[in-house]
Order: sequence, then C-alpha cells, then structure tokens
Amino acid sequence: MTSAITQRPGSPGAAPGAGSRRLTERVFRVRESGIIAVFVVFVAVTTAIHPSFVDQQNIQFLLINTVVYALLALGETMVVISRNVDLSIGSVLGLSAYMSASLFGSHPGIGVPVVFLAGIGIGLACGMANGLMVALGRVPSLVVTLATLYIIRGIDILIVGGNEVTAQTLPSSFTSIPRASVLGVPYLAIAVAAVIGIGAYYLRSFRSGRELYAIGSNPEAARLAGIPTGRRIFTAFGVSGGIAGLAGVLWAAQYQTIDSTAGTGYELTVISAVVVGGVAIFGGSGSAVGAAVGALLLSSITSALNVLGISQLWLEAISGFLLLLAITLDRIISLRLQAALRRRSAGVGT
Amino acid sequence: MIAGDGQAAGSSGARAPSSAGDARPASPGRAGGRAAPVLSLHRVSKAFGAVQAVAAGSIDLHAGEAHALVGENGAGKSTMVKILAGVLRPDSGDLLIDGQPVTLHGPADAREAGIAVIYQEPALFPDLSVAENIFMGRQPLTTGRRIDRRQMHAAAAELFGRLGVRLDPGRVSRGLSIADQQIVEIAKALSLDARVIVMDEPTAALSAAEVARLFEVMRALRTAGAAVLFISHRLEEVFAVCLRVTVMRDGRHVLTRELARLTPDDLVRAMVGRTLTERAEGKLTEPGEIVLRVGRLTREGVFTDISLDVRAGEIVALAGLVGSGRSEVARAIFGIDRYDAGRVVMRGRELRRASPTSAMAAGIGFVPEDRRQQGLVMNMSVQRNVALASLRRLRKGGLVRSAAERAFAADWAVRLNLKYGRLTDPVFHLSGGNQQKVVLAKWLGRRPALLIVDEPTRGIDIATKAEVHQLLTSLADDGVAILMVSSELPEVMHLGDRILVMREGRLTAELDRDHASEESIMAAATGQLPGQAL
Repeated sequence: MTSAITQRPGSPGAAPGAGSRRLTERVFRVRESGIIAVFVVFVAVTTAIHPSFVDQQNIQFLLINTVVYALLALGETMVVISRNVDLSIGSVLGLSAYMSASLFGSHPGIGVPVVFLAGIGIGLACGMANGLMVALGRVPSLVVTLATLYIIRGIDILIVGGNEVTAQTLPSSFTSIPRASVLGVPYLAIAVAAVIGIGAYYLRSFRSGRELYAIGSNPEAARLAGIPTGRRIFTAFGVSGGIAGLAGVLWAAQYQTIDSTAGTGYELTVISAVVVGGVAIFGGSGSAVGAAVGALLLSSITSALNVLGISQLWLEAISGFLLLLAITLDRIISLRLQAALRRRSAGVGT
Repeated sequence: MIAGDGQAAGSSGARAPSSAGDARPASPGRAGGRAAPVLSLHRVSKAFGAVQAVAAGSIDLHAGEAHALVGENGAGKSTMVKILAGVLRPDSGDLLIDGQPVTLHGPADAREAGIAVIYQEPALFPDLSVAENIFMGRQPLTTGRRIDRRQMHAAAAELFGRLGVRLDPGRVSRGLSIADQQIVEIAKALSLDARVIVMDEPTAALSAAEVARLFEVMRALRTAGAAVLFISHRLEEVFAVCLRVTVMRDGRHVLTRELARLTPDDLVRAMVGRTLTERAEGKLTEPGEIVLRVGRLTREGVFTDISLDVRAGEIVALAGLVGSGRSEVARAIFGIDRYDAGRVVMRGRELRRASPTSAMAAGIGFVPEDRRQQGLVMNMSVQRNVALASLRRLRKGGLVRSAAERAFAADWAVRLNLKYGRLTDPVFHLSGGNQQKVVLAKWLGRRPALLIVDEPTRGIDIATKAEVHQLLTSLADDGVAILMVSSELPEVMHLGDRILVMREGRLTAELDRDHASEESIMAAATGQLPGQAL
C-alpha cells in the first residue's frame, strides 16, 4: 500500500498543451505527407531501374489511367469521411458509361455536353437513392450500397443484354477527349485535378464540408450540435453518385468499347486508394488530395509493373499488400499517439 | 459577488461545519425581492418501465446564482439533467422558462432556449480542432461563405481568455484531458450565450488544481449572469461554490434551502434519509487464507502500484470517485485489460496477463459494470445466458444438451429468486435487477473462488438491491472471496469487510469496517484530508 495523497503538478497550462500539439501535429501531418513520400520514393526507385518510367508518353498514359480512379476517390472520400461507405460506384459507372455512350448511336448528332449531363444525371439518381435509404431509412450504408451494387449492375445487364457500344458509333469529338493535351499534360488530367481541388477546398473551408467530418468523428455529438446529419449524408451520397456518373462518361470516352461489365470491381480499388491516401475508414479525418494521391500511387504501380516487365499477375497482390501496409501504419501511429497522450495527461508513473 | 471558491482545494475540509461556513458565499440581500427564476422544473415525473426515476421533482434556477443538486446515486439527478437537456421528456409536470411553460422536443430545442449541459465526460469531435468543436455549425464566415479560420481561432482564444484558461484553439481535441474537454464545452456554452449552464458531476474526474480552475470559470459564468446548476457528490464543493441546494432522494424532492442555513451533516442526513450509524451485523466467519494477491499492478496512465489481497470469505470493497481507476484495476485482474507491470496471483499461481480464460480457469468470476454491453447477450434466452460460462460442464460428446442447460438455469433461478416469464425468453425482457441476477447466476454456476463485482447494484430497484446485498454476504459466508467495486458509499460501508480507496490511479487508504466512515472514505478518495490516509 502506498502512502498516498501525491498531489500531481498542475497539469493545465501552456507547456503540456503546446507539447501535445506538436506531437499531434506531427502525427497528423504524417497522414498526408506519408503517402506523398511513399509515392515519391516509388517513382524514384522505378525510374532508377528503368528511366523510361518518367518519359512523356508514360506519364501521359499514367495520368489518363488515373483520372477515373482519382475522380471516384473524391466522391468516395466525402462518403467515407462521414463514417459511411459507397460500394455501388463501380456499378453506377458501368450503367452511366453504357447509357450515355449509347446516346450517340440512338441520337446521331447529339452534343457531347448533353451526353455528359445525361451520365451525371444517371449517377446522381443512383446516388440519391443510396442517400435516401441511408439517411432516411437509417440502414447501414454498407448494406444499402452492397445491395445497390448488385441492383444497378443487374439493371445494366438487363439494358445492355449481349450488346456493346463500339468505337465506330462514337464521334471523334468524344473519343478525342482523353487525348487532347497541352505541353504534354492531358487537358482531362488538368480538369480532374481542378475538380479535386475544388472538392478538397469545399471539404476544408465550408461549413457543410466540415460538418461531414464532424458526423464521421462523432455522430452522436454531431446530432447534439444540431447538424442536419441526414441531409449531409444524403448530399455526400448524391455527390458520390454524380461523380461516378461523370466518371462513367469519361470511362466510355477512354475505352470506347462498353459492355455490361464496365467498371466491375472499381469500388474496391477506389476504397483502397482512399484508405492508402490517409482517409480514416471510420470517418472523421483525411483529405481529398490524399485520396487522389492514393489513386495515383495505385495506378503507378500498374504502370511500373508494365515498364519493369513484371507480370501483371503481381498487381493485385501488391495492391493488397500496400493497403495492408497503409492500414498497419495508421493503426501503429494511432496506438502510439494514444499511449503517449495517456502517459502524459495522467502524469503518473515514473 | 457570490464568490468563495478555492475552499475545496484547501485543506480545512468540510468536516467542521463552522470552518466551511466561514468561507461560504454570503447570501446577499437579493434573497427577498429576487426576480422570477430563469428556469424551473415544476413537479416533473419520469418513469422507465416500472422504475419511477423522478417523482414530482422541482427546482428553480436564478440568474447569476449557482444552485446545487445533490442526492445519492439513483436519486434521480441524472434524469432531471436529461429533462433539462431536452434528451428526455417528462411524463408529467412543467418546464418553465422565464415563467412560461415550454416543451423541449430535443437537445437542439434546449440549446435554442439557452440551456447548456456539461456532462462528466463531454462528447467532442476527436478529429477536429478545439475551435471547430466550439463553433461547429456556427463557424464565422468570410464574404464568400468560407470559414474564417483566423477569426474562429481568435474567437475561441477570446472565450478561453474570458474563462481564464490557456488552451490552443488549433489543436485537435483528441487527447485532451477530461478537464480541458469540459472547458471546451463551457466555452461552447459561453459562445451560445447560454443562460442556464448545467454541470453534471464535472469535478468527478478532475484533480484538485483542475477543480480550482473550474470554480474560477464558474465564478466568471455567474458574474456574467448565467444560472448554474451544479451537481456533485463532494459536499465541500457544494458549500464552496453554491448559494442554494436542492436535495433529492429516491426520485423525490426532499428540500431546497440556502446552504448558509445547513451544515454538511444536515445535508447528508437529507440525502440518505437515515443516520449513518446503520451497519450490517458482524461476520459469522473469520476470513480464511489469501485467495487473490495482486502485487504492484501498474497500467501506465491508468493506475499505478496497486497491491491488495482478498481472503476467502471476505468482501473487499474498492471505493473511489468515478475515473479513479477502480474498474480498470478490476478489469486488469480478470485479464480484460493488459497491465504494464506487477502480478496477479490466484491461490498461489500467477495468472497470465490479459487472459480472461486463464482468470476463469483459476476460479475468478467477473460481473462487469455494464451488464447490457458486457455481462449479457441481450437477445439470448435466460437459460442460455445463465449457462454461458458453464458450457464445458453441461456438454456431452461436444454438444450442449438443452435439457441439462434448462435444469441448470432453473436451479439457479430458484436459488436467486429470479423473476422471469419463461427460461426461453430473451433476457432483455427482464428488469435491470433480474438481469443482474442472471449475470450473477452465470458466474455462480462456475462456483468461483473469487468473484469480482463491478457496481453490482447500479440501476436496480431498492428491493432487488437488498437481495443482491444479501446474496453477496451469504456467498462470503460460504467462503467465496469477493472484490467489489462500488460508487455507492452506503453499499461500500454496508458490505465491505475492508475498504480500499483509490484516487487518481493509486490506492490512498485501507480502512477496516470499524474505522470507515463516509467522511474518511471521501477524504481518501478526494485527497482532502491527508491525516486520514494510510
């Protein structure tokens, strides 16, 4: 039995607060800078082995391959930040790709912007259906979007049947979109980067954006703070759907042959990108930029395997390993942080 | 004007009414012609099923005044707070704001009405900054409707300045101490211009220095004209900061009076409704050999250097304030939580760390604090729950026989006087007290040598509580060693053969039943009277 009444030194005040701020800041900065560092190292190593990895053609190829994933990652980030998940984006992309591209065949001479609007509209409708069920029906988003993943894919299959949209039916004004570039940088990559920038800015600097973080960080407290949680979550799913619709049209322009399997499995790749990019899978933290870099990293792995002449068979295993690494790193950091804060704030022990 | 804090941090203690009286806030001449209360609860009632949590509870809160609400656990204080917070709606009675009856449809309504509640453990957004936590949904905006972070941080810093605390508005709130989390909540209340601030046991988990700082803040709030409702188990704090007090007992209003006209003894008598000399009869059996020996157990930042013995036939009560580390010690002994140093020896054999299986094999039973989350499988039947820890014994050829399970459960149901419909009903149909009996039956079925019970009678009605007490006593008489964690002082004093008191993660006193009093236990738990500590 210890002889008691040890008055611990006054813990409030500047010194401990400042110390823990430095600590947390360092750790929270790691979340985004970590992924960027990994990306830089990866590019450097690959380039050292095979310098053609950074030639202009390959970079263009890499960027074009990334835009669809990076765009999808933006929508998924908004959903994941609010402690939800959208598994239906691959199916939405597929439906939107076929429906919008087939407009060129059924309505010859239709304007490209109209086709884009149609694709976004289809995606928006799907996303709003998801959002309605999650926000109003209070059904877990994992269940809702798992169901709509199959439902939307099913609708896609019913509509497409055995058909496919082929490159011949698409006007060149549409198929040239991914190829147009300025100074070797595809216009499309610039446009998508701008969209992601706007999304990141929205999440960072607008009330409704911050409220998504609040909902993901502590849903109960968010409700008590008077945040319209249902409406915000609904919006996040709507945006995610709309973005998936837009991504579908871009996918069609890029691949030009669209059947009912378009976009199959994209949801998991995108969620991997988001998590690798430092967005916490249980919500509350992470950024759209991090998610986009995550997408860039995943597609550069594909590209690097190509350049280095490694079999594509390795791709999935390496992506999975990377995901595990990212999650392990995240877990270790948060455990370390917790332990450090516990030790400090209690001020007990020797 | 109604000052007088700092008393709680001093060492004069609340034991001597006269000394407490000196520092007590003098009641100013306003008592006569005071304005109408800002907020009143008038004869409100609230029942949960068969349990009447509050019956005709009344309270009046005035601007610029701190009002205390005291009572034993289960007296209905928390229910009153939840009614004020808009979380619960009363079954009957009125909530009046400026004399007008108002219905609060939810927490947002309460906030709109200027009522802010600071809970013992506030719910913040751990991933967001302190400033964002304060201004969430109300962030200052620039012309482009962007969030003006600079302005937001300045406003948060200004609030902290008014509260006289130093806290960095830009840091994430994850990792803030409970005291600082409360400060963030108070700053939020201040930014909302709350007229009524309810503090539900804000000091329970705070150190003396933090309590002193909180009292400074409370004084600032009162000076600004807010009405403060202060709930605390520590009577000396009540005397130090409050002008008037309302006492509740068993859900009923007992008295409302100026503290200047009461002594701490009066208050305790009003809370308990009996004199404190009432004690259980001495034990029939002398304690036997040591069953459990805990040596220098430490979990960094949670508890430090805990050594204790429990003998056969003995009830050892582990007392202390919420957050002092009692439950954590119990959990570590049973192997739910890991510990960093020390050892747990059960009947001469050291237990493996963090292994409930090892603890169970050594003959320990554990009745957890939160029976719904940790003690029971709520959707499973009564008999399955009772049999859950004894499946090894009930199985034959790898299969659990339903008949054996039923016979086993029926036997324990009779022994514990369990009230149930059918043994196949899911446990969530049972009342809280009967659920607790199911948890007890589950462990008693294993015939444990040591039973650890954490808050064994929390949220159970008085009659069943007495039964549980009786049961624990007779178990001890049968030679079972019992380690009981409890927040209820009467329970600790009634059952404990020895009382160990924890404070801030350390054992601060060991009292035998003849030397224990509410005062000596509270003194060791709060660190107010060093003379009493071991």
